[in-house]
Amino acid sequence: MQLNRDALLQAYRRMRTIREFEERLHIENRTGEIAGFTHLYAGQEAVAVGVCEHLTDKDWIASTHRGHGHCIAKGCDVGGMMKEIYGRADGLCKGKGGSMHIADLDKGMLGANAIVGGGPPIAVGAAIAAKLAGEGHVAVSFTGDGGSNQGTVLEALNMAAVLKVPKIFVFENNGYSEHTGAAYALAGQDLGRRVEGFGIPVFRADGFDFFSVYEAMRQALEVSRTGGGPAAVYATCTRYFGHFEGDPQNYRAKGEVEKFREESDCLKGFRARVTDAGLIDAATLDAIDAEVLAEIDAATIAAKSAAPPTAADVLTDVYISY
Amino acid sequence: MPVITLREALNEALHLEMARDPRVIVLGEDVSGGAGGTSGQRDAAGGIFGVTKGLIHKFGDGRVIDTPISESCIIGAANGAALAGLRPVAELMFADFVGVAMDQIFNQAAKFRYMFGGKARTPLVIRMSFGAGMNCAAQHSQTIYPFMTAVPGLKVVVPSNPYDAKGLLLTAIRDDDPVVFFEHKALYSRKGEVPDGDYMIPFGEAALVREGEHATIVALGRMVPFAEKALEKLNAEGITCDLIDPRTTSPLDEETILESVSNTGRLVVVDESPPRCSVASDIAAIVAQKGFRDLKAPIQIVTAPHTPVPFARELERAYVPGPAQIEAAVRKVLADG
Repeated sequence: MQLNRDALLQAYRRMRTIREFEERLHIENRTGEIAGFTHLYAGQEAVAVGVCEHLTDKDWIASTHRGHGHCIAKGCDVGGMMKEIYGRADGLCKGKGGSMHIADLDKGMLGANAIVGGGPPIAVGAAIAAKLAGEGHVAVSFTGDGGSNQGTVLEALNMAAVLKVPKIFVFENNGYSEHTGAAYALAGQDLGRRVEGFGIPVFRADGFDFFSVYEAMRQALEVSRTGGGPAAVYATCTRYFGHFEGDPQNYRAKGEVEKFREESDCLKGFRARVTDAGLIDAATLDAIDAEVLAEIDAATIAAKSAAPPTAADVLTDVYISY
Repeated sequence: MPVITLREALNEALHLEMARDPRVIVLGEDVSGGAGGTSGQRDAAGGIFGVTKGLIHKFGDGRVIDTPISESCIIGAANGAALAGLRPVAELMFADFVGVAMDQIFNQAAKFRYMFGGKARTPLVIRMSFGAGMNCAAQHSQTIYPFMTAVPGLKVVVPSNPYDAKGLLLTAIRDDDPVVFFEHKALYSRKGEVPDGDYMIPFGEAALVREGEHATIVALGRMVPFAEKALEKLNAEGITCDLIDPRTTSPLDEETILESVSNTGRLVVVDESPPRCSVASDIAAIVAQKGFRDLKAPIQIVTAPHTPVPFARELERAYVPGPAQIEAAVRKVLADG
């Protein structure tokens, strides 16, 4: 294992932060205070964190409609994110984007994206910029099993391979594209084989296991950071909540999520692995859990009481120069 | 002053700006051409209409990027490159292909700044050829700029002559917002005086192409030379008109149009697009709202019919508004009041 203790603690804290953020939103959504659509990432934390722990602010990521986890993993401010989801004036995007459009360009976060399959072409462009800059940075796109069926994703795979840009495609197969199973909608089933058809090396990972994703991403970066062009990480995982908040999930068998939570949860797995190996004791992880819980609680309270934007704000930020 | 074609004027602007600013890149299908071919010759195309000719030899394939036929990804990649600090000039061969790339144009590029709370910069230019006149039929001849003009977050440029084309393209590349740049394929060979050096033409400032007193004609793109032709005939009879070329439809120079109408009292708007939700109907609506009391006669719009663009020479000639229709419309506003 190449991760030192500090790196392990940071990875755990990030995964726990995503989990608490999403669990809290799941509860708060029922109060009716949060407007619009919210798509939660809980269950998939190992993928976002396993990928982004390798990246710096100068590497780019393009996310999806289910973007909170990618944002947190890339280092976006949790308080600013919560305020954005509540539509507040000092949210990360001044209340103009909301859950589906959180972006922080200073952190290399090119935006959540409410158009399924919208992100990969954009990340190809960021990879062109990274290649021209020649400093070894990469651009990463996250795409679900549903998004992988969009033509834009196939265009991006082809173009990234043709232009040999430092672009890493991360595919998260969580088993469902909206209300339809990947078992139905994903022809060929093994998405990795599709990607290999473009001549792009694919590193497969267990999306429930941080260490598996981390290792796959390490191998992908070995290709892309050294001029080898694009690479892909293919992780299988599950989401703990519906496609959106309020989705009754009639398409899932009873007990499916509970079984995943019980047997495959990425946080439980991480905890068992590092405590069994004697790397970190349980009390230290408990302390992180408590700190994260307090942080999310404070972020939620602050977001609820923060000022909304004014009607005049509707008219600003359309153009840089008018 | 050198006399060159509109194609050459655009090519000069690209050469100048790529030399001046290393962040400028060009990407699109066959912008150089020849990659992977059996002749080994690069710059085999230089753009389908030759606008990007010679760039690859000067700036290399790192900055002059031949892409696969993937319009969504061309614009998407231009978007990402712009967000990451470059100043991409993407080419869609034909404006009609906007349909393939629409999401990346109107859901992504146009909205980044707003939905990210004013933090994003998308200094992107999307160049495309447009318009009828070469018998390219329904999927290679449309104007498309009305769709783009309707999208908040985009700027839309429609030059009518070489001088404007060069100055507007330099402004477009230096602008920090996404700009959609429409080049009429029947105007690429139009010649005009163009200075050698660097100059910019601001967006939202119309050109007063002709001055007159009896009516105001507003025309865009290829309709500008057609209006000039109509005016030659009318002038011989002592009828004179202001001829205004807005040059950009977003932002639109409403002030110049309204001021002219306040002098002439009559308005003819000429647009190669079909009539519904066109730039002609938009300008007519603006003048009806803001300049109603200045009008002596009902506004006339001269547009293509509400049909796809046809193929056969006879049909296309019947489709495209020409000098005769413009002349008739001017006579109509004069007869009406």
